[in-house]
Amino acid sequence: MFGLDNKDTRMLLVVAVLTLCAPFILNPFPTDSAMAQFNAGYPDLMQRFVIFGIFAIGFNILFGLTGYLSFGHAAFLGVGSYSAVWMFKLLSMNVVPAILLSVVISGLFALLIGFVSLRRSGIYFSILTLAFAQMSFNLAYSVLTPITNGETGLQLTLDDPRILGVSATADGSIPVTSLFGLEMRSTFEMAVGPWAFQFNAGYYLCALILLAAFYLSIRIFRSPFGMMLRAVKSNQQRMNYTGLNTKPYTLAAFVISGMYAGLAGGLMASMDPLAGAERMQWTASGEVVLMTILGGAGTLIGPVLGAGFIKYFENIFSKINDHVLHGWFSFMPDGLEDFVVFIIHPFIGKGWHLTLGILFMLVVVFLPGGLVEGGQRIAKWVKGRKNKDDSTSATKTPAE
Amino acid sequence: MGILEVKNVGKRFGGLQALGDVNLSVKENTVHAIIGPNGAGKSTLLNCLVGKLIPDTGSVMFDGQSVLGRKPFEINQMGISRVFQTPEIFGDLSVLENMLIPCFAKRDGAFSLNAITSVPSEKDVLEKAEAMLEEMNMADKRHMHAASMSRGDKRRLEIGMCLSQEPRLLLLDEPTAGMARADTNNTIDLLKEIKEQRDITIAIIEHDMHVVFSLADRITVLAQGTPLVEDDPQNIRGNPKVREAYLGESA
Repeated sequence: MFGLDNKDTRMLLVVAVLTLCAPFILNPFPTDSAMAQFNAGYPDLMQRFVIFGIFAIGFNILFGLTGYLSFGHAAFLGVGSYSAVWMFKLLSMNVVPAILLSVVISGLFALLIGFVSLRRSGIYFSILTLAFAQMSFNLAYSVLTPITNGETGLQLTLDDPRILGVSATADGSIPVTSLFGLEMRSTFEMAVGPWAFQFNAGYYLCALILLAAFYLSIRIFRSPFGMMLRAVKSNQQRMNYTGLNTKPYTLAAFVISGMYAGLAGGLMASMDPLAGAERMQWTASGEVVLMTILGGAGTLIGPVLGAGFIKYFENIFSKINDHVLHGWFSFMPDGLEDFVVFIIHPFIGKGWHLTLGILFMLVVVFLPGGLVEGGQRIAKWVKGRKNKDDSTSATKTPAE
Repeated sequence: MGILEVKNVGKRFGGLQALGDVNLSVKENTVHAIIGPNGAGKSTLLNCLVGKLIPDTGSVMFDGQSVLGRKPFEINQMGISRVFQTPEIFGDLSVLENMLIPCFAKRDGAFSLNAITSVPSEKDVLEKAEAMLEEMNMADKRHMHAASMSRGDKRRLEIGMCLSQEPRLLLLDEPTAGMARADTNNTIDLLKEIKEQRDITIAIIEHDMHVVFSLADRITVLAQGTPLVEDDPQNIRGNPKVREAYLGESA
């Protein structure tokens, strides 16, 4: 289907079901239950899941296929966000032109940075991209204040000269982003017994774009172009002596992944029309590297899993505080309860980075292929057990 | 006039004159061996032919066109393929993919943004790669991880990859270095087969005299960066100058 083989079609369908049913899947606990804080099915967080999923899918096209580790991809995300917000300020509150502009501008920006950075490979390439991203961050933060509004961040105001649209609504507030009139923030709530499921227009737009982005990445992975990118990672010397020019291949991969990042940035601004320089900081670039490696670099679905995993941790784990812990361990005797809470305390709340760091370390050491490899190992183990059961039952049958 | 004409090529690395004044003419559809003791400049000469090094002086003409100043991939697209001393293949890819890449390079050129079709749908390239694997007796290994093969198989694959580009000149840099006797003999047989069945010119750098005398139509002996003598194999064997270069004056 869609020019994919069976295995890839199945994977695409799984991702489609997961993203489209996310409001159910991420809300397994009734609203009033103690476990409700582990629910992640609210629009804001779901949007972040898929937007960072898109970001990581794009990053994986560069890092997973060619092996070039960019440490400056957040710059493209930031550029995408700024472009989108400017489109909202100047043209209209429709998200389509904003997203298109963010993809185009970040693509051009990636072309420029890639052209220079790709003159080197390995660690020097990483350092060059990091330097460019930090430069962009500092420019956005100070020098380019007229464009980026400096440390305050770029926001919509009541006197934006919106050509197609109004500067302010009738009741004097800033208009909201929409897709041909469908407001991105509009949410339909469905209550089923004690559960409350939220269906948000913005989330579904992001989810559909994620599916398109995922589909495109499968096509790239399976194409001759994708094979050439893997060949770049494997042996550049052989590439050159096989009549292939590696430079345009790596540059094309860099620009494509920069455009994915710009798309993610544009979507971010479409959901919440503001853009700040901190989106371009090196920690943000590092995060997408973590997502890709944690999920499984070079695999198709890995980056999406990694993005979901990290964003879930960031938002859910960080909300657990001592108060919640005391609630959980209240069945213990007082002294022991305090002791257990004391032990767990550094790993939760603001300490979630510590937990994530340990997890990341364990994954890199024991599962170099990331979560995807973990899944494969479990599947193999289950299959092996099943086969064993089958064979034992098969040998038993004649005896009966 | 030969298909490859090397004229007055010199190359200096700091204080070392690696190549003095090399003249070499490789005739079309022959096997031309370049031999010489260690440090004679064989590899430097080869690197000057494929664009890895640029000689300080002289000219290198391939089929009437200069190769100097061109990048390795451009020289390859002109019709010169190179086999390395240690097999250079795409270790992370499957054997079939290894063979597909030169076939795509031949059809689509140095760069093609072919990101929408899928590899299995490219029937013409796939057929060509499969046929070449068949010819190399590697069809049963097509799904193997290339890095996990034996040295002899890697060499065979690399030669197959070069041949699938239908080059006019095949350069071999010590193709049997570090190989067991059996693998060496297999490689010699393979090269003999190629020589008989194809319109191809082969230039080979080799240490192993057994390999050289079983294959070469013409031999150039290089010593201290200059060609000592160029002659037919039977005359090289008895040439006192060659013995002297290889074994030292006392011999």
